[in-house]
Amino acid sequence: MKNASTSVAITLKQVQKTFSDGTLALKPLDLHIEQGEILVLLGPSGCGKTTTLRLIAGLEFCDQGGQILFGERDVTQIAIEQRRVGMVFQSYALFPNMDVSENIAYGLRVRGESKTTQQEKVNEMLELFDLQPYAQRAIDQLSGGQRQRVALARAIITEPEVLLLDEPLSALDALLKKRLRTDINALLKRLGITAVYVTHDQEEAMAMGDRIAILDHGEIAQIGTAEEIYLSPNNEFVANFIGQMNHFDGLLQGQALSFGKQFLPLSPTLYQSCCEGKRLRCMARPEDVRLMAFDEATVKGAVSHSVFLGDRTRVLVDIEGLQEPVHADCFERKRYTRGDRVGLMIPPSRLVLLPTSGTE
Amino acid sequence: MKKGVFFYLQLAFTLLICAFLIVPVFMSITAGLTNNYFVGIKSGLTFRWVEQVWGMYSNTIWLTMKIALVTTLVNLCVGVPCAYYLARSRSKLSAFLDECLTLPIAIPGMAIALGLISVYGGITEFRMSWSFILVGHVIFTLPFMVKSVLAVLQSINFRVLEEGAASLGASFWQRFFHVIVPNCKTGIVSGILMTLTLSAGEFNLTWMLHTPLTKTLPVGLADSYASMRLEVSSAYTLIFLGMILPLLIAAQFLNRRPKRSA
Repeated sequence: MKNASTSVAITLKQVQKTFSDGTLALKPLDLHIEQGEILVLLGPSGCGKTTTLRLIAGLEFCDQGGQILFGERDVTQIAIEQRRVGMVFQSYALFPNMDVSENIAYGLRVRGESKTTQQEKVNEMLELFDLQPYAQRAIDQLSGGQRQRVALARAIITEPEVLLLDEPLSALDALLKKRLRTDINALLKRLGITAVYVTHDQEEAMAMGDRIAILDHGEIAQIGTAEEIYLSPNNEFVANFIGQMNHFDGLLQGQALSFGKQFLPLSPTLYQSCCEGKRLRCMARPEDVRLMAFDEATVKGAVSHSVFLGDRTRVLVDIEGLQEPVHADCFERKRYTRGDRVGLMIPPSRLVLLPTSGTE
Repeated sequence: MKKGVFFYLQLAFTLLICAFLIVPVFMSITAGLTNNYFVGIKSGLTFRWVEQVWGMYSNTIWLTMKIALVTTLVNLCVGVPCAYYLARSRSKLSAFLDECLTLPIAIPGMAIALGLISVYGGITEFRMSWSFILVGHVIFTLPFMVKSVLAVLQSINFRVLEEGAASLGASFWQRFFHVIVPNCKTGIVSGILMTLTLSAGEFNLTWMLHTPLTKTLPVGLADSYASMRLEVSSAYTLIFLGMILPLLIAAQFLNRRPKRSA
């Protein structure tokens, strides 16, 4: 396989989609995906991620004024069969009337490739995906994981310019999912193919993508690497969608955020950017919240619940002055029971202040 | 498990009903093969009546086969695309078309025939030809073909299959013939068998539409019942059964076979 040579960048310019019933599924969107990059579209149901993928595929057409480019080629008005895309569907869309080999060969067959070329490339694919023993099997005799591999083999055999994956792992069990996402990621990287991957599973998104675009109500809420999105979310939606986030609402007093009788020390960059007495919302991940002795802490509370998760214990702490309990991860093998009085400490550098809340 | 009295009562009742239905058919077959039905089997068995029927009515048999086959062909060419359109489209027009297609099942064949005669009866050439009967048969049997294919299309996720094929570069016709048609095979075959059976056995409509030169088997059968001796009409029934039974058995076999999941 030599996809790196055929693979191209994808550019979306002012791409908008309104459905026939008038619903605005996608607000005007600008997006550039580099050649060989894996971009994950992540978001809750109905956020527009699948619509975006279908627009790139050519299964839907964008509203007047939008433009989709594959490299230099304008594909806005081109139907899917001429776009040279490979696509893996959530339900795999394997043809029940064809066996594994015939399914994989189909893209070559419709292109009029000779039987020998078809056979050669199919064999290559069967080997790449460990499917040789199943070459002549009917689709309904395959397991979920095998079907998924056949769907992927079928999509890349034609050496498409871009590969589009629509929640390809959602029908599989958790263990297989984890294994396959590593395999798929390694394969896509090896082939150097430009890929757009749709999922609603944030862990999958972080494992798969070079960059992640989080969509919310038909627009990109944030786009960036997994680290950028996780560590510096741009807005409340992203912060809450990716991982668990604790919220601290309070007033800026000196170098700390105060709520009730508690004080949460802030970093100089945080307190210097806002004026005294301003209402702020700071956030912190559970793994950045440390539990400490009650008397030594500036933020104090009582344990309301604790769950042992194997590698850590998730402790929920009720804090006076906060509406929601704070989630803290304890990595030491220490037991907490309901009612235990604990102190909390968050390294100031780990506190996140949303850009918007700082300028209100 | 020990079977109770109730089971045997049920079995006896079922067998009785079966006998009630099968005995006349069996008697008719025997009648067609005996020298003299009133004397009984002891008068001897013969193919004389079958030969006589063949001599007198073979043209009705050929015509019936011809009409049944052409009806099936027309249903295939019209019914499969029609079912595909109905399955794809969610418009009000398609819902209306669906209703229209179902109407001939509900309307008596005589009424359809009367409609055809009053509208097209004036075109003598058409009225005199077998294609007049063909039109009636297509109207009557098309809904069975369409419904049969539609049911299969609605049970498979054909839109996604089509999208899958399109993403691999398949044109509309490639998608239709490589993916849609083969995956509707069970529906198409059952539609074919139904069309063949219904067309071959259709009497109401055909009786109204036929001319002395375009008699089909069931019309000939009615004719022989009215004017021939019992052995001849029974031999005629025998030939009809010989034509229709294999089709019915094939249809039953097809319906019983487990379907492959998509």
